[in-house]
Amino acid sequence: MKHLLSTADLDLATSLELLNLSVEMQGVNSRDIKKLPALTGRTVANLFFEDSTRTRFSFEIAAKRLSADVVNFTAKGSSVSKGESLKDTILTLEAMGIEALVVRHHHSGAANTIANAAWSNATVINAGDGTHQHPTQALTDSLTIRQALKGKDDLGDLSGIKVLIVGDILHSRVARSNIDLLRTLGAYVGLVGPSTLLPSSATQLANAVYHNLDEALSDGFDVVMMLRMQMERMNSVFVPNANEYSTLWGLSTERFSKLNSKTLIMHPGPMNRGLEISSEAADSPQSAIVDQVRNGVAVRMAVLFKLLAQESSAK
Amino acid sequence: MTNQETQFTNVSLSDGTVTNILVSGEAITYVGTDSKITAEVIDCTGLLALSGFVDLHTHLREPGFEQSETILTGSKAAAKGGFTCVHPMANTNPVADNSAVVEQVLALGEAAGYVQVQPIGAVTSNLEGKNLADLGKMNSSAAKVTVFSDDGKCVSDSLVMRRALEYVKAFGGVIAQHAQDPQLTVNAQMNESALSLKLGLTGWPAVAEEAIIARDVLLTEEVGSRLHVCHVSTKGSVDVIRWAKSRGINVTAEVTPHHLILTEDLVSEYNPVYKVNPPLRSNDDVKALRDAVADGTIDIIATDHAPHTADSKDCEWGEAAFGMIGLETAAAIAKTTLIDTGLIGWERFEELLSKNPAKISGLSGQGQELVSGSAANIVFFDPRTSFTVDASTESKSSNNPYVGMQLSGTVVHTMFRGTLTVKNSMIQEIGTKND
Repeated sequence: MKHLLSTADLDLATSLELLNLSVEMQGVNSRDIKKLPALTGRTVANLFFEDSTRTRFSFEIAAKRLSADVVNFTAKGSSVSKGESLKDTILTLEAMGIEALVVRHHHSGAANTIANAAWSNATVINAGDGTHQHPTQALTDSLTIRQALKGKDDLGDLSGIKVLIVGDILHSRVARSNIDLLRTLGAYVGLVGPSTLLPSSATQLANAVYHNLDEALSDGFDVVMMLRMQMERMNSVFVPNANEYSTLWGLSTERFSKLNSKTLIMHPGPMNRGLEISSEAADSPQSAIVDQVRNGVAVRMAVLFKLLAQESSAK
Repeated sequence: MTNQETQFTNVSLSDGTVTNILVSGEAITYVGTDSKITAEVIDCTGLLALSGFVDLHTHLREPGFEQSETILTGSKAAAKGGFTCVHPMANTNPVADNSAVVEQVLALGEAAGYVQVQPIGAVTSNLEGKNLADLGKMNSSAAKVTVFSDDGKCVSDSLVMRRALEYVKAFGGVIAQHAQDPQLTVNAQMNESALSLKLGLTGWPAVAEEAIIARDVLLTEEVGSRLHVCHVSTKGSVDVIRWAKSRGINVTAEVTPHHLILTEDLVSEYNPVYKVNPPLRSNDDVKALRDAVADGTIDIIATDHAPHTADSKDCEWGEAAFGMIGLETAAAIAKTTLIDTGLIGWERFEELLSKNPAKISGLSGQGQELVSGSAANIVFFDPRTSFTVDASTESKSSNNPYVGMQLSGTVVHTMFRGTLTVKNSMIQEIGTKND
């Protein structure tokens, strides 16, 4: 395994290996000195062609805890805004000796393009491409679910766990990555959202598809994962307006109060409080939203470790 | 240009007759079993002689985009593919929306000398979909334009489309529509399907094509005009056209080679060589298109040869250009998908690639029966070969999606107005008017 492009490429054994490696990395992160020498002398570039703070920080912290050198490249203020092609950007960075590229891009498939290109030899880690995939977020979410529902030290899969993903499935790379990984891990996946944002072909992706949130919530899901609703979707006629979206598809205080007190509440962030999720739900004891962020660092350490330390030394 | 006599012996016609063909100057002067003494005799045992292929949908990129293709390089690619006539689309820079540009394209085609370059004129000024282009003046120009298209863009405004259909009736013109509702395809990247959902690429729904075709056939019926539908790509479009024909509406339709053989699953790795508009569709669509060719619903095969520079394909899917080259592989794909599968015979093959497109365009010297007196526009095709497509091409561009695929049937010789432009599958250097 040279790249991490999509959770659809991960089989069960590799998925579990990455999750279990993440648990080890959590151990490192709980020490006073949060550092391993594994990637000393290796250089990782964070290439962010799209705005992001939390994912970029998370990858940067993860790489630094493994002792890698890290450079950050953001499209704003770089030559991409002057019209340099992806190819030239990558050629330039690789000429400087960069071995791994953590790529966030507004186009779906951009990480695949780099990984498959004749002009790149680097290891590519997809940090979110358009509306396609965000595999490290999905690994983070699966780790969070496993530890919340099965205990910190559990090393097994997610069979028997029911996860409901709510909202804009059509445009969500978080949803796609989670659907693929959760199903590989044996979880039961339900999707719910308006038909414009959850097309009929989604029935091929999940175990159950709903178009009524209350009906879905009454089906006994262990995890409710809310997705961010982009305001621009209102202008492109996917849903009528923010108020209607919130009323029909939001995890309101009222809906939240009817849930089992053990139901895990998740959101990949950044949240629109009051639109897709109420503060009562987001800040409740059963919310795993802060754990998701915390676990993100350990998961990204595990991914970097596996791809750069284990895979390259195995050659 | 040439007064020599060439005799092609033991060649099969599309009806199965084995015969000899004598060409003198620019015309066929004898077809029959007698053999004459001529300067050049080419034994064609095992080969088929067909009327030279006519492409009704070609992008030659000149003027304006000569880094991708020129009229000369595109003409050579066409000859290599067995064509003796191509119809370059109007989306050049400047746009072919006036007689000066179409006459220039015609002149460059004549100077190149490999095929007849019969320009298509834009329907609307600068392809903007608002005001009609100089339709009548382009028709009465030296280029004698009869086919008008905004290809690359749809004439989406219903009133503009109605007026265009009405206007070209005066001189027997035809509107060739690129059927794509722009509102339904904003930023569309691939066929809308379970796969587009999985890949996170904005879908191009079939209904965006079908709804425009449905509207256009009704407009055509209303004003009593003639419509040609470019690159039909969906099962539903076939149903609409079949219905329109059964109603007596004067509509013809084309399918591209790529929509007969490639499917959307090729998009899975985001390789932009498979990015094309309309997009590659499903297996069901491919099957429906092949059946529609066989039953006569679809009238012609047209390449939509769309050269692009390497840079415009060596990038993110979302940044890449739409289109693929196809002149040199068209006949082999038609043979592989339609003849080898038993769907059609050689006479239908000749209609699809030569006679019908010539008829739609109203050309007199193309798509003729191979009989004495016809222009010597002939392709000699070997139906016995099977080969793996390689990347070599006469085109200036290399966006060829078929490299590595197994196809059957080879163009061996192409004769254009009595001159062999291709001999033994090799492009010939011919004296041009610029020499």
